[in-house]
Amino acid sequence: MTWVNDVIQGILLGGYYGIIACGLALMFGVMRIINLAHGDIAVLGAYLIYLLLEHWNVSPLIGLLPVLPVMLLLGYLLQRLVLQRSLRSGLLTPLLATFGLSIVIQNVLEQTFSPDVRSLGQDTGSLVTAAWKINSEISISALSTLIFGAAVLIFAGVQLFLSRTNAGRRMRATAEDPDTAELVGIDSRSVYAWATAVAVAIATVGGLALALRSSFFPYSGPDQLIFAFEAVVIGGLGSSLWGALLGGIVLGVAQTIGAQINPEYSILAGHIVFLVVLISPRGGLLTLRSARGARRALPTVTT
Amino acid sequence: MTAARAAQSARPQLVIEQLTLRHGLLEAVRGVSLTVREGETIALVGANGAGKTTLLRGIAGAHRASAGTITFDGVDVTKLPGHRRVGMGIALVPEGRRLFANLTVEENLSVAIQRRRPGRWTIDSVIEAFPMLEPLRAQRAATLSGGEQQATAIGRALISNPRLLLLDELSLGLAPVAVEGVYSSLKSVIGEGSTVVLVDQDITRAATIADRVICMLEGRFVLEGARDELTREQITEAYFGLHRSAGAGT
Repeated sequence: MTWVNDVIQGILLGGYYGIIACGLALMFGVMRIINLAHGDIAVLGAYLIYLLLEHWNVSPLIGLLPVLPVMLLLGYLLQRLVLQRSLRSGLLTPLLATFGLSIVIQNVLEQTFSPDVRSLGQDTGSLVTAAWKINSEISISALSTLIFGAAVLIFAGVQLFLSRTNAGRRMRATAEDPDTAELVGIDSRSVYAWATAVAVAIATVGGLALALRSSFFPYSGPDQLIFAFEAVVIGGLGSSLWGALLGGIVLGVAQTIGAQINPEYSILAGHIVFLVVLISPRGGLLTLRSARGARRALPTVTT
Repeated sequence: MTAARAAQSARPQLVIEQLTLRHGLLEAVRGVSLTVREGETIALVGANGAGKTTLLRGIAGAHRASAGTITFDGVDVTKLPGHRRVGMGIALVPEGRRLFANLTVEENLSVAIQRRRPGRWTIDSVIEAFPMLEPLRAQRAATLSGGEQQATAIGRALISNPRLLLLDELSLGLAPVAVEGVYSSLKSVIGEGSTVVLVDQDITRAATIADRVICMLEGRFVLEGARDELTREQITEAYFGLHRSAGAGT
């Protein structure tokens, strides 16, 4: 029965990894950019909510609401002012640009907030400790369930946006062929900027989830990036939107089962699953098409 | 008054002056000048590598000009990005159709609506003009036949209600019956007063619907004249570089 509990906890943990991975998959799917600052952006979002909570005594969930538009704007400007310029110079330059951005964010956070470890869990009242006890061995945390529910809502929302709105269709068209998109009247730079804005906003939700379920400090970003990257790769390297959530779940389950074997194996088990998927011929759980076909594909959306 | 004469008396819509377009160090289009009048249909012919596709892409904004100017309706568009030119009324049907393979036929048409100018072309009127697309509205573009893809690509360009339609290699890779269908649909488009610059390997077919024929060779115009004034032999000679007309534009 302990194993059943581990799998349940792993699935719920996968919700958090899914949220973190969603923005990364979106940026990779639309622009073929691997944003190395993605984890740091999530942590920046957590700090902005923390800053808000220092001045106003509100729930972190309420604190997220004013931070989201700020992060949307930040994402938009990040693409327009930094990433768009780097995109002109091939694949390596955006990688270096986001790596540099990652270092800048970490140092600014350290200078502003000190290297102290913080958490927002205590600001949510009983939410952090609340749980449904199914039996003596299976217990489901309310917070983990809330985060998993948020993950499902985010993925469903992104799917609906991509498949049902004109802006989403333009994003899919630009992801497939940005040159042709320009020729049918789509401003690809604007599409890229909005994709980055949405990705940064989703990362902020991931930052909040991190701050609620665990702790964070200025250098937490790279660890979150690795988990997000592993979830995206396990899910099929951007060939499927829902693959990122599934990849997160597989990563979460691997980590909880690894921890059950030996607490030291928790993170290692996730890395091993990631490596196995990476070297497998399919290259991901939801890799439905060849590498050539997936090269320009936004996470596949079934309409 | 014939269509050709009517076009000759119309005002210049597209004016290209000393345009040079490069692929790296290679000059694909070498200082060409061209004036296209409103309502005129021009057939641009030439062998592979002559610079026809690059010139069309340059006009549409998909290829940056190294030198020279492109003026459309009196506005210098040389440095405008492609999507802004669509808004001004320039639309390109690119070589190889270049549909968005993972989008449905209807989605391929709907993404072009953003810069749509006022006019008769809507998703429904395009489907009406190409009835073969009606049952395929919800079908992914990747699964369409060549003719269906070409119809979708033309429809996608028409959605923006262009005043200048650029058509690149319409018949390439299509079955003869599909080519026939595409060209017969095209005649109705041209008949509505749009200006058209057409590139096609099929010289005879392209020349039949054009007011003026221009032959390109190695990035330059080597033969230019009204359709009725040029013989097939003249065009063929220019096409293969056997003849360079003294009267041709540069």
